[in-house]
Amino acid sequence: MVPTSYYILLSAILFTIGVVGVLVRRNAIIVFMSVELMLNSANLAFVAFARAFQTGNAVNAAAMSGQVFVFFVLTVAAAEVAVGLALIVAIFKNKHSIDVDQVHQLKG
Amino acid sequence: MHDSSTAFSLSALVPLIVVFPLFGVILNMLVGKRLGDPWAGIIASLMSGLAFVIAVLQFVGLFLDKFHATTITLAEWIVIGTLKIPWAFQVDTLSVTMMLLVTGVGTLIHVYAIGYMKGDERFHRFFIYLNLFIVMMLFLVGGNNYLMLFLGWEGVGLCSYLLIGFWFDKGAGGVGNARAGRKAFVVNRIGDFGFVLALFLIFWTSGSLIFNDTFKYFEEKGKEESKVTAPAPAAAMPEAKPEGEGGAPSLETIATAITLLLLVGAAGKSAQIPLFIWLPDAMAGPTPVSALIHAATMVTAGIYMIVRSNVIFHLAPTSQMVVALIGASTAFLAGTIAMGQFDIKRVLAYSTISQLGFMIAAAGMGAYVAAMFHLLTHAFFKALLFLSSGSVIHGVEHGHHASHAHGGHDHQDAHAQDAHGGHHVAHASAASPDHQAESFDPQDMRNMGGLRKQMNVTFWVYLIGAIALAGVFPFAGFWSKDEILASAMAKGQWYGLTVYALLSVAAFFTAFYMGRQVFMVFFGGERTDAAKHAQESSWVMLTPLVILAVLSVIGGALNLPKFIPGGEALGTWIEHSVEVQAVDFNLTVALISTGVGLFGIFLSYLVYGRSPMMTMTDPLERLGFVFRFLNGKWYVDELYQAIIIRPIEGFASFAAFALDWDLWHDFFHDTIIAGGFRWFSGFLATFVDKGIVDRFFDGLGGFVRETALNFREMQTGYVRNYALMVLLGVVAVLGYFLFVR
Repeated sequence: MVPTSYYILLSAILFTIGVVGVLVRRNAIIVFMSVELMLNSANLAFVAFARAFQTGNAVNAAAMSGQVFVFFVLTVAAAEVAVGLALIVAIFKNKHSIDVDQVHQLKG
Repeated sequence: MHDSSTAFSLSALVPLIVVFPLFGVILNMLVGKRLGDPWAGIIASLMSGLAFVIAVLQFVGLFLDKFHATTITLAEWIVIGTLKIPWAFQVDTLSVTMMLLVTGVGTLIHVYAIGYMKGDERFHRFFIYLNLFIVMMLFLVGGNNYLMLFLGWEGVGLCSYLLIGFWFDKGAGGVGNARAGRKAFVVNRIGDFGFVLALFLIFWTSGSLIFNDTFKYFEEKGKEESKVTAPAPAAAMPEAKPEGEGGAPSLETIATAITLLLLVGAAGKSAQIPLFIWLPDAMAGPTPVSALIHAATMVTAGIYMIVRSNVIFHLAPTSQMVVALIGASTAFLAGTIAMGQFDIKRVLAYSTISQLGFMIAAAGMGAYVAAMFHLLTHAFFKALLFLSSGSVIHGVEHGHHASHAHGGHDHQDAHAQDAHGGHHVAHASAASPDHQAESFDPQDMRNMGGLRKQMNVTFWVYLIGAIALAGVFPFAGFWSKDEILASAMAKGQWYGLTVYALLSVAAFFTAFYMGRQVFMVFFGGERTDAAKHAQESSWVMLTPLVILAVLSVIGGALNLPKFIPGGEALGTWIEHSVEVQAVDFNLTVALISTGVGLFGIFLSYLVYGRSPMMTMTDPLERLGFVFRFLNGKWYVDELYQAIIIRPIEGFASFAAFALDWDLWHDFFHDTIIAGGFRWFSGFLATFVDKGIVDRFFDGLGGFVRETALNFREMQTGYVRNYALMVLLGVVAVLGYFLFVR
């Protein structure tokens, strides 16, 4: 059986990729995908820990909560996608571009 | 005071004497304008007449009460500590004499004024003032204390001012009459100043202003002092005035001070040297005013006051002498001036001053009966003369208008005059009888002449007044003037004789200027068209004249010499109020004064009557500078102008420009106060505010701005930067939880 630490490591690598993707990419879609990557790396960690805390077939609160949380994350992610894509469409309508660096009206 | 045995005493009615004219004032103030001409005048005359009825009732009441003085108290007025002053009337023979005079002559003049003021645009206002004058004059003569006397004194002064300036838009330069009113007011203030000081002294000495209390105090004090000094005159001599040494002045000193100050007051009101200058100018008022206020009543207030204060005057022989000499000098001075005047009313004004001088002189010599006697007779014939002169002015004014309106057409003229007489009179008075067009002065005697034919009634009453004033036997003036001269003679001593001499000369002048006036106005030929067309006044004006003329003839009967049965009537009457020194009839004096009077009239006949003046030049002008001096009124006005008004104006302009403007305003206010504030506010603004406060807060603001600018760099607007910040934050928080805790 693959040790839990491997999953965690993979999760961390995926999260880092997501973070770097958010920070360095300009395409709004890519940024969006990076965010999804980060969410799913978290899901991976949840699931990994859930299995690690599983003792036999008994229902375990800690293990179950990890599994359940993934569903919450998935739900939230779905909602986020809905909102986020709408935002991107709106930005595109205004700017005819989805370059996030062009949206800097908050510059002081 | 006096417990009257009768259940109802007539003296209880005395407040009504004020109430009636006061009611007239209020009524005319409320509805006078609507009542208009002549009803406002009729109401005023009626109220004055009712007051006269009350005065007559007081007269009867005094007879029934055997001449007992009564005090009728209405209410308290002022109560401060020991100072108690009531609203109270003193009903005694002296005050009732004055009440009779004021209301009697006053009523006649009210009636006359209805005719005289006919058509005047301020008709009702004139009668408001006249009634108010009657009210105030009755306060003056009826009050039982000095403060009520003073109230009336000021009240009549106010009415005098208002009435002199009644035609305030007329006169020289449109302000001449207003100026005359102001002059009268200001000059009277000087007299009042002395009067007020006298009142303070009286209260300070006797502790009361009520006549009875004050006089009782002075009488008793006077007796005490004479007791102290009388038994041992030799021993008392070294320490002449025992009380004078201890700091408190002797009674005589106080009495002298009081009486001299009272004299200042009397000199102001009764137009004596040196304050007589206002009275001639007061002729700017309508003629009824001149007659009522400036001849018959108000100006005699000073004499009334002196007679009333006789107890105090008795304690001060020096003051009595001064009073007598001032009166005599005034009589003399004003008599000379009267000879050189052309204005018909001005002659009478100076004559009034002169006659007031007679009365003051008599009062000064203690001849109170003579003073009051002359006051009464003078009121009759001077009111008569003034009113007749008003009639003359009215007639000449009318003649002037008539001759202008119909100039040339002599025949038609007379006819038109008859037909539209009433209309013309109204027209004339609307344009103000005294002073109007500058080209023609209806008061100038040179514009008259020969009026005897046109104004027959006026001529006869004027003649009676003039003869009475000149002191020809047996007219009223003869008896009263003679009594004054006899008193002066009886007084003896140097000053009695001086007074006698001055008054005799003044009597000669009186006869001369009255003769001059009558000859100039009524005899000879008409010198102007106006005189030719002069018209007799209406009967509403002539009736009072006739009544006054009768009084001027028989007025002497009030106080015939003792040897005639029923003589000394006024003396015995006044005696119940005032200590009287009876003076016997002096045949020598009577003969001399008659001779002097007749000589004066004869002289005036020689100058003016024998060859009537046909040109505008007065024969007296041949006297050259003497006449100019008299015509210039001894240049007293100019003298006062030079020695009082000019220095005062100089000082005032010094005070105004140098003291107030330059020193106070420019230097003190502008330089010191404003400059100081400017410097201090500059210091606060530049040093404290800009230097300290502003710098601190500017620095604070600048620091905040710099800091904010630096932080601003952080806000790039790029999403990734914010994401990085979030990341770093998360890392920091996680690091904290992992490693620190």
